[in-house]
Amino acid sequence: MGMEQAHYLNVNENQCGMCMPLGAILALKGVEGSMVIIHGSQGCSTYMRRHIAEHFNEPIDVASSSLNEKGTIYGGEASLKKGLDNSIKLYKPKVVGILTTCLAETIGEDIDRIAADYLEERGFENLQVVTVSTPGYGYSHFEGYFLAVKRVVAELVKKTVKHKGINIIVPNISPADIREIKRILKMMKVSYILLPDFSDTLDRAFERPYRKVPAGGTKLADIAGMAGAQATIQMGVTVDEVFSPGHYLESAFGVPLYNVPVPIGVENTDLFINLLKRLTGNPVPESLERERGRLIDCMIDSHKYNAQGKCVVFGEPENIYAVAGICLENGITPVVTATGGKSGKLAGLLKARLNEAGCSNAQVLCETDFSRIREKSREMEANIAIGHSGGRYLTEWEGIPLVRYGFPIHDRVGGQRLLSVGYAGTTMLLDRITNTLLENKYKNYRRNIYQQFYYGTIKPAGKGRGEKNELRLQPGAKRV
Amino acid sequence: MKAVNLLELPVEERKESIYAKGKQKPNLKCDTDSIAGVVSQRACVYCGARVVLNPVTDAVHLVHGPIGCASYTWDIRGALSSGSDLYRFSFSTDLKEQDVIFGGEKKLALAIDELVLKYNPKLVFVYSTCIVGVIGDDLEMVCRVAARKHGIDVIPVQSSGFAGNKSAGYRAACDALLRLIEPKNKKEVKKSKSLNYLGDFNLAGEVWIIKSYLREMDIDMNVAFTGDSSCAALKTAAKASLNIVQCTGSMFYLAGKMEQIYGIPYMNISFLGLEDTAESLRKIAKFFGDPETMCKAEELIEREINANGDIVRGYREKLRGKKAAVYVGGGFKAISLIKQFREIGIDVVMVGTQTGRQEEYDTINDLVDEGTVILDDANPAELEQFIVKKGAHLLVGGVKERPLAYKLGVAFIDHNHDRKHPLSGFVGAVNFAEEVYSTVCSPVWRFTQVPADAPDWLDGNAGKREIIIA
Repeated sequence: MGMEQAHYLNVNENQCGMCMPLGAILALKGVEGSMVIIHGSQGCSTYMRRHIAEHFNEPIDVASSSLNEKGTIYGGEASLKKGLDNSIKLYKPKVVGILTTCLAETIGEDIDRIAADYLEERGFENLQVVTVSTPGYGYSHFEGYFLAVKRVVAELVKKTVKHKGINIIVPNISPADIREIKRILKMMKVSYILLPDFSDTLDRAFERPYRKVPAGGTKLADIAGMAGAQATIQMGVTVDEVFSPGHYLESAFGVPLYNVPVPIGVENTDLFINLLKRLTGNPVPESLERERGRLIDCMIDSHKYNAQGKCVVFGEPENIYAVAGICLENGITPVVTATGGKSGKLAGLLKARLNEAGCSNAQVLCETDFSRIREKSREMEANIAIGHSGGRYLTEWEGIPLVRYGFPIHDRVGGQRLLSVGYAGTTMLLDRITNTLLENKYKNYRRNIYQQFYYGTIKPAGKGRGEKNELRLQPGAKRV
Repeated sequence: MKAVNLLELPVEERKESIYAKGKQKPNLKCDTDSIAGVVSQRACVYCGARVVLNPVTDAVHLVHGPIGCASYTWDIRGALSSGSDLYRFSFSTDLKEQDVIFGGEKKLALAIDELVLKYNPKLVFVYSTCIVGVIGDDLEMVCRVAARKHGIDVIPVQSSGFAGNKSAGYRAACDALLRLIEPKNKKEVKKSKSLNYLGDFNLAGEVWIIKSYLREMDIDMNVAFTGDSSCAALKTAAKASLNIVQCTGSMFYLAGKMEQIYGIPYMNISFLGLEDTAESLRKIAKFFGDPETMCKAEELIEREINANGDIVRGYREKLRGKKAAVYVGGGFKAISLIKQFREIGIDVVMVGTQTGRQEEYDTINDLVDEGTVILDDANPAELEQFIVKKGAHLLVGGVKERPLAYKLGVAFIDHNHDRKHPLSGFVGAVNFAEEVYSTVCSPVWRFTQVPADAPDWLDGNAGKREIIIA
């Protein structure tokens, strides 16, 4: 199996990832009554707001300390405090997340100290502050997300009596996915605390009057009680310990941690459901079993079509791992899997799965960019891509159709409504994948077969070997 | 109607940046740094530079900085190209902690080498970002060495994010363009019957629309800044005999400089709306002064107004009495929009910009009705406050403003970087009217009065509609 780390040394060409504070914003938006301020220049918050707003189609209010030249030279403490004053006044949050940027980190801002001073000076009694150090040159948004969840846990969890609840920690999945997980938990009669829960805050119902801080998010009282839970189920098998909220809860409060993959696919969902069954002693309701049965029926319906799939999967490690799993379960070969950031434990885990499935020459790309993903997809003759909007260029430039999954989705509506987890969600995701393969086949088979067999009788062999999509080279690029 | 005090603001400091038009015109505070914590809609210096330069189609646009800056701006503009696609690529030096500690100059130099080898470009723009400004990489030096080594233009863009606001980025971009277009020998520049089109970025082919109008008037469009432009075309900029400026926010500085250095006069024009388009074409024809051009311009205007005027007037009937709020990037666009809304029978009740200048706000003040709220560098809280209190039916803005409008149950017009349909010229005026109609008069708003009143046909006594039970 081909494995590689950062192929590029000096240029990242067409990015397959974002920076740390962006992930932290998403996580904090899943906490009840929260507001975020980014300590840095104005552009960071605006760009990330735009990026997030375009995916969720929701107003994303994130404040900035709007550091200018003076603040950069003499220190940004005054700007940050003023920013806190104004954003608290405008949004009346219960929790404020303070995130750093490249700029704040480089000039050495101590946000913990500033935040502590601030709270003492202003004497706010009911305001919680969570600081997260998120330099843009540190890790990707994936690590930023988990680090922010970990910091929320570290700041807001209190030592408490044991209870029967289960902590559920979710990665960056869609609001629809979070709602589905909550539905399953309800069906299984599990008492739970799910963090972060942005199912309502980043996918609000239309309501009047408009609220600046949307209702929803994990309740602060619930977060406080996470230390007393009987277990933590964290959908974070690829997450390094240093960023892991579940690991923190285990080592600080002795809450046993079960790290599981995102429940996409039969195996992963079974794992999740069985774990719930074991922890609660509750039976699996018949309706859920029927959903499982329907998924298997769906898999049988589509298995022959899927056998023709050679996919490229890209995005955040945790999501890639789950999606690569559903591909393997359905006979689709993940010929290229790729992530823009460091992979955490992804590379090792994937390697094991791919080897086991006999995909010996599958490519696993870490710290990579779309120029490399494109090159490898062409080389491996991928015929379907699964991932976020960055993959639209694989369609445009290589003719590889894209199944939209993950974050961000900017070129279609409804990224926030895509349902992919659980038996029901997997069924929907799998249908999206199979139908994309079919659509591509129907679009091309007449021409391809004509090329291969009719035209092929006149032309020398090897000229029109069907299925290949038309390749369009970038300007000036040499074909490798 | 109950009188409301529109200017009750939660953040005292914002007072000087907002007023409602009355008898006395206060001086609006603009072009200053944003206030911390109020959630300004503005971006940064780098953003300003990037949006202006990005449409240069055959340039390598290399962002020297951490990954986010490049990632968030990859192919962000809907600028179309008739040639190279290279501008749609996003290149970053992806600075990491080590580079921040030890300096990123070496990495940058190697990055340029790598890109020149791979793409063989004639031009590389190197954008600086916040941390580059802080760690003090010598962009100027690295670019100079690379330019000499490869025999191409490698131009630094001084766009550290914290060093001012988006307007400073416009100036940084214009400075980079000035360096690029400087002819080797100024005396050799010959003037031709051609003009440069400043401040259009060929979103959805808008430069091509205007080019076709000018061609019909026998006027050559030399080069547009920067829509569908190339390195070679930009280098001929000095030979044009006129600069027309559409987006003044980004280009008034360049126009002024080109007048000063190359003696090219400039005029502000607007191709937004039927009226402005016709007026601008007349102004241009008049500049060149020959009767034939003026005659051709009149023919063109007559034909297009005949073809499109009725359509636009048709929408005016449907939209009469509606009220719009405008919050856009530049002052020029805001001014054009006020006029264009008037053309379709809509009053503007709130208008603001991110980077408008004093003169532009003066013009806006003259154009709008009494009571219209005028504001600079607004934020979501203020947009919400004024949209609601002024009873606007429609907001014009960019991607970040769209969900806010929709959440308020208000129609929305995208006047942003990535739209896919042209709003320029006569055809654009029709598109605009159609878009306004499609959003303001959409059936969806019937359902946004929540909680829903029970439809009277369920009450049993209304009888307006029969419930059909099969």
